[in-house]
Amino acid sequence: MSIRRILIANRGEIATRVIRTCRALGIETVLAASEADRDSLPARLADRTVCIGPARPSESYLKVETIVQAALGTRADAIHPGYGFLSERAALARLCEEQGVVFIGPTAEQIDAVGDKLRARAAAEAAEVPVVPGGAVESVSEALSLGESVGAPLLVKAVGGGGGRGMKRVDRLSDLPAAMELASSEAGAAFGDARVYLERFVTRGRHVEVQVLGDGKGRVIHLGERDCSVQRRFQKLIEETPAPGLTASFRNQLHEAAVRFAQRLSYRGAGTVEFLVDVDREEFYFLEMNARIQVEHPVTEAVTGVDLVAEQIAIAAGDGLRLTQAEIHSTGCALECRINAEDPTRDFQPSPGLVTEASWPQGPGIRVDTHIVSGTRVPPFYDSLMAKIITHARERAATLTMMQNAIATTRVAGVATNMPFHCAVLEDAEFRAGGVDTGFVARLLERSPLLSRRVKHG
Amino acid sequence: MTLTAKDVAEITRLLEASTFDELYLELDGVKLSLKRNGAAGRASQGQSAPAPSNPLTLGNAPAAGNAAAASNEAALGNAPAQPSGVSAPAEVIPAGPNAADPNVHNVTSPLLGTYYRAPKPGAPPYVEVGSTVEEDTIVGIIEVMKLMNTVRAGARGRVTEILARDGTLVEYGETLLRIAKSG
Repeated sequence: MSIRRILIANRGEIATRVIRTCRALGIETVLAASEADRDSLPARLADRTVCIGPARPSESYLKVETIVQAALGTRADAIHPGYGFLSERAALARLCEEQGVVFIGPTAEQIDAVGDKLRARAAAEAAEVPVVPGGAVESVSEALSLGESVGAPLLVKAVGGGGGRGMKRVDRLSDLPAAMELASSEAGAAFGDARVYLERFVTRGRHVEVQVLGDGKGRVIHLGERDCSVQRRFQKLIEETPAPGLTASFRNQLHEAAVRFAQRLSYRGAGTVEFLVDVDREEFYFLEMNARIQVEHPVTEAVTGVDLVAEQIAIAAGDGLRLTQAEIHSTGCALECRINAEDPTRDFQPSPGLVTEASWPQGPGIRVDTHIVSGTRVPPFYDSLMAKIITHARERAATLTMMQNAIATTRVAGVATNMPFHCAVLEDAEFRAGGVDTGFVARLLERSPLLSRRVKHG
Repeated sequence: MTLTAKDVAEITRLLEASTFDELYLELDGVKLSLKRNGAAGRASQGQSAPAPSNPLTLGNAPAAGNAAAASNEAALGNAPAQPSGVSAPAEVIPAGPNAADPNVHNVTSPLLGTYYRAPKPGAPPYVEVGSTVEEDTIVGIIEVMKLMNTVRAGARGRVTEILARDGTLVEYGETLLRIAKSG
């Protein structure tokens, strides 16, 4: 079916991003905004904005019925969920299916399949995609025997968790019973699902993920990988493509594993298969699949020239995959820095408030995805992402220099930002060498005089 | 540049707060005239107006007060072949001459959904203009995915105005009707 009007069930930079592609495609947009976002930039850019409820996400952005009602009431053909909020909630995809509204994303069944870590792991094994040694445990005694065979250090993870939430690291097997019980009760409270599983903790790991597109009928292509190892407490801060320092054959294996996994699900739409790269063992393991557009998708767009949101819409409209694998070419290096309203000198505390001045960098090779202009209020109810700055150049070194210049010309006043953190990373020899592991940010915060003041307990 | 409905709403608010009775503004092919005392002004986009890349911009935001409602309609006339889903102009911001009146109670929608004035199709509406209501009198229902939510008057008095149209989408916080308070 043709999609003429899309309801965007999201806010912030991603709402702005989706509107941009819709405009280019001549598709009308309706923004579903909370009371706190009525005057936001995306609300001004959208063809129409409807207020779906109060600021609190549980009373607005997370209300499945309200979102679908808003789409029906504004005669939108489709819903774009963005990321976060309801993007990976099977209930929304299911209600859309029932009500004849196109959900721009995978099927409800696929969301369920990848959202349950144990099912996803089983699917990975069935697709001959390597997984981290470990498995589900139902009792402390089961955990102890599995823990002995895998070896410490271990991670205890919540089956229903994600984005780093609900994880516990265990360095000694004697700590396992207590960690498991704590993780289980926390997971029960936070996700309504007390199941946990154990995994080998990879001491030096890199987070590398592969972007895929599937037509829902078994055809899947990949658009290369992204390295997202610059993380603080499992929150990504900087992403880049290609992942530095991988051999061509290792890279190909990653890509092929991601495609096999998505093919096994007959995956529909844009998705990302995340891997943990074990630096010491030179192996990779499947972590999870994200069934949505991701925050860091622009780096892939920069090097491939593919508009991933446009492809999402085309697939949702039933046009299938418009590109073949042979048509995907990657040029140069791209880097993304997430500019958050948080203060790196105060342990990255969120810093909501009025942005009195915002001036973003411009120029060839620079892209900024943002909803922040001078006078925008950063509400305390949502995440602190203000903007993503993306630079793209032929060589990695030039991409880093461009980013340094871009950040140097960025002006944000009124709220604290993590730009000093980005400057420290971009100057750091270890990062400049490329291929850092996920422990990098903690090490940097230890040694960086700018940032170390109050972050000792971090 | 073009004026968005929000701009018009903001200008209306400025006019209301000022000591002036009339405002006439012309920029880039957009003419806007606003008059106090409920006399509707007129916003029109002449032929010289730049082709809006975003034909619905003016329909985007709810109008504030009587004066701005005219601009909304003018703008919507610009958007060709527009299904009613987008075209229904909604009055959300409780502005206008009655806004500050302590004797007027605005009944707002507690959630986004479809507004119905009657319990079922063909039945008489819960209230009409002129009906007297108690605080807990039902004045309408909001349907969200087959779930009916009742809306109560919230004040004692007489219904003076019904703003929301039966069977249309209303937003969270949108003014459905006005009540002149008594007692």
